Amino acid sequence: MNSEHAIITDQLTKSFGSFTAVDHISFEVKRGEIFGFLGANGAGKTTAMRMLCGLSKPTSGSATIAGFDIYKDTEKIKTKIGYMSQKFSLYEDLTVKENIRFFGGIYGLSNKALKLQTNKLIDTLGLESQSGKLVASLPLGWKQKLAFSVAVIHEPSIVFLDEPTGGVDPITRRQFWDLIYEAAQRGITIFVTTHYMDEAEYCDRVSMMVDGKIAALDSPEKLKLKYNVESMDDVFYHLARAAKRGE
Amino acid sequence: MKQFMIFVKKEFKHVFRDSKTLLMLFGLPIVQIVLFGFALSNEIKSADVLICDHANNNYSHEIIHKISASKSFEVKRVTTDHSEIEEAFKQGSAKIAIVIPSDIEDQIFHSTHGSLQVISDASDPNTASTLTSYISNIIMDYKQTLNAGNSPPMQVVPEIRMLYNPTLKGATNFVPGVISLVLLLVCVLMTSVSIVKEKESGSMEILLVSPMNPFTVIISKAVPYFFLSLINLTVILIMSVVLLDMPLNGSIFLLYFESSILILCALSLGLLISNSTDSQQAAMLISLMGMLIPTMLLTGFLFPLENMPLPLQYFANILPSKWYFIIVKSIMIKGLGISAIYKETLILIGMTVLLLFISIRKFKIRLS
Amino acid sequence: MRTLKFLLVKEFKQIFRNKSLLPMIFMMPIIQLLVLPLAADFEIKNINISIVDHDRSEYSNDLINAVTSSGYFQLVSFGDSYQAAMNEIELDASDLILEIPSHFEQNLIKDGAQQVFIAVNAINGTKAGLGASYLNSIIQNFNQNIMVDAIASGNAAPLKNIEVVSLNWFNPNMNYKIFMVPAILVLLVTMVGAYMCSLNIVKEKEVGTIEQINVTPIKKHLYILGKMIPFLVIGIFIFTIGFFVVARLVYQIVPLGNLFLLYGYLFLFLVALLGFGLLISTYSQTQQQAMSIAFFFMMVFILMSGLFTPIESMPEWAKYIAYSNPVTYFIEVMRMVVLKGSMLKNITNHIYVMIGFAIFFNTWAVMNYRKTS
Repeated sequence: MNSEHAIITDQLTKSFGSFTAVDHISFEVKRGEIFGFLGANGAGKTTAMRMLCGLSKPTSGSATIAGFDIYKDTEKIKTKIGYMSQKFSLYEDLTVKENIRFFGGIYGLSNKALKLQTNKLIDTLGLESQSGKLVASLPLGWKQKLAFSVAVIHEPSIVFLDEPTGGVDPITRRQFWDLIYEAAQRGITIFVTTHYMDEAEYCDRVSMMVDGKIAALDSPEKLKLKYNVESMDDVFYHLARAAKRGE
Repeated sequence: MKQFMIFVKKEFKHVFRDSKTLLMLFGLPIVQIVLFGFALSNEIKSADVLICDHANNNYSHEIIHKISASKSFEVKRVTTDHSEIEEAFKQGSAKIAIVIPSDIEDQIFHSTHGSLQVISDASDPNTASTLTSYISNIIMDYKQTLNAGNSPPMQVVPEIRMLYNPTLKGATNFVPGVISLVLLLVCVLMTSVSIVKEKESGSMEILLVSPMNPFTVIISKAVPYFFLSLINLTVILIMSVVLLDMPLNGSIFLLYFESSILILCALSLGLLISNSTDSQQAAMLISLMGMLIPTMLLTGFLFPLENMPLPLQYFANILPSKWYFIIVKSIMIKGLGISAIYKETLILIGMTVLLLFISIRKFKIRLS
Repeated sequence: MRTLKFLLVKEFKQIFRNKSLLPMIFMMPIIQLLVLPLAADFEIKNINISIVDHDRSEYSNDLINAVTSSGYFQLVSFGDSYQAAMNEIELDASDLILEIPSHFEQNLIKDGAQQVFIAVNAINGTKAGLGASYLNSIIQNFNQNIMVDAIASGNAAPLKNIEVVSLNWFNPNMNYKIFMVPAILVLLVTMVGAYMCSLNIVKEKEVGTIEQINVTPIKKHLYILGKMIPFLVIGIFIFTIGFFVVARLVYQIVPLGNLFLLYGYLFLFLVALLGFGLLISTYSQTQQQAMSIAFFFMMVFILMSGLFTPIESMPEWAKYIAYSNPVTYFIEVMRMVVLKGSMLKNITNHIYVMIGFAIFFNTWAVMNYRKTS
């Protein structure tokens, strides 16, 4: 089972005082899958994802990430995952190249591998002319693509993306998804949250979170069929309407 | 007017909901009053003395007894080994040493010059000279008892009166300084940061596109700090009168009037800083580094202004707190009226008007 | 080890790129070290005196001469109205008044004793105390001279005498700046260390980059080391500049004690201090909070360190605070080693205490620093 599943959660829960942000969720993500993690604002997506990355301790329940226990082996998990947060979180006062070298370095890439990866990455992103510039001066779309590339620089088994394309124009979003597909083809499991339903269609399977619980989980086609609607937009609307927590 | 009150209410809510700001506002002044009032003074109590007694007779015992009876000194050790002095100074276990020569008796009766050696650790020159003069006074006293019955044919007797502060408390000088420091800190730092915060978060834009007059917006930001400062002043005054036995000789009304001028002056300064910067961090740095440290050093309450080099003394003239410090001392301690401080008052008013003028001009430029 | 290298490279690049931070780090200390000792001068000099002489006799003249020629006082006014002199006091133009009553000489000769009145502006207690004691000793001298004359003319028996000779070790010129400069250097190192270290970490929290670090397998202690080493280096750098450039060239302070001892203690102090900065950063979420907390503690640390007022003068409870303050120990060590040439054996206690502080703050901070919430 471990070899087949990248993420397994069982009754995973996080409460803040009397408020249960994530309420007993259980699901599995297969290796190499692109898994969409959907939900309205405040449904508990980010909290769930932060638990899976080891940034936040669960209140109860269990989970295994890349075969490691989420309680005991958080540090081992961290060698196997990449993470890109909602907020842009590379160093704005370092250059493109310096950011790549830094994150590659702390993931333990050898000098040779670092050099190779840096050049490859700059090449794929088409950032040759920008590589010596401070990240702060890049447009948002470039920053997001760079952040993604940095998140997978150490070839993790799983990468977690928290609304990676927020505020980005449609063309850049396309390019961003090309990067995701490429990574998936290399065998990296992708776990992504998004508000764009067209992006949900790109996923192998999606889950819908409503009020801290998983309300539905299946491939986009099957979900559309199940709720008898045309698009993922309608699926989302159908499920999210039942939510009691508003924004 | 109604709109204005709504804004003022909103500002009060901001202030009272932020516990860390409140701590800065009221906690810091209270801690400062307690520290300055009770903990900090230059008065020396029980300084450690090392005595090198080569005589070991009645006279030397009498001298040692006199010194240990004084509350300024504590005799740490009596020895005959001269080399212990340097070691004790290096160790920090004595501040001053007294060497009594073996022929002290002989010297008392026949000598005209030097017999008792007082060696001080002058790495701290102030303590050293104070301690040396204390020892001299004790010896002078002893000399008088030795000569009892053989009084000089005539004698000038000094009668000393310590004006304003008979017990020579340090607080008398510090409290007026702390008041000026706190009022400045609260007004300059808090107003500038709170205005810049609105700029940073973008809510300033919303206020400026509202039908409100922009000046009303700014003034309403300043009003809560004006009142908070007056409350702060009251707290400090009550603490210093009740806890520190500070006098309040002059007119309270006059004190509040002068304080209001200083507060207005500080508020205008805060406004000016907030108009010149866009980030909270910059506003804080300017207020703390640029305002607080010079105020602390050059107001005259921590260090006497007249000791400083002339350029610094001139520079101190542009600090509102310097003038306010003089005013508070005159009113609270000396009990003087407006006639004695009209010059300082006029300077403060002048500064306020000038600062207000500049900051309003800057504000207008930003708007257009 | 390799990870640490990457962390350090990053930190140094960021520090050197920060255009608003760099002047703070390098210029501020030098300027402050130049200006502060000039301002922070407690040395009591220029005591102003007003003399009111209602007698205008030979004896009153002698007394006035003795006062004005003593070198302790500056005569600002001379007249026969006490009210006028009092006005000078009120305006802070004068610090004390010596009033010689009328019939001073007459009474002195007739009754053998006569009072003079001294009024001191005691708002500044230190200055008042010293001024009064100088004036007192001048008058005692004056009396003694009268006595000597009397003995010489056979009008009195010889006096028993004890003369006091004073020596001032380590600082024979009684230069107050020599006392202040080493301590102010400590102050600067403290400000830079505690502020910058805590703000730096909190900034990563505020911007969100710390999240990106927290999902990496980086070890907690390595990350903390990576933050502390740059500020350790900066602290040592500032100290060195201040010590060898400003203190030596401008104030001619040559340390009597061992430099290795001094630098060893500086190292211990910085480790303790940066631990404290780290601790602040673990308790604050925003730079504004960190700044407020740091400012509050800095204020207490500075006032309660014996920098401006001697610790011996504090009441018992305040001494406890002073001796729970790491700054106190470093200031003492600086003054001891630099000014008096104290040696290792003289400061062993200080060393143990500072090691204690370093362990205490760093353990607390590391325990409180969490990669997960």
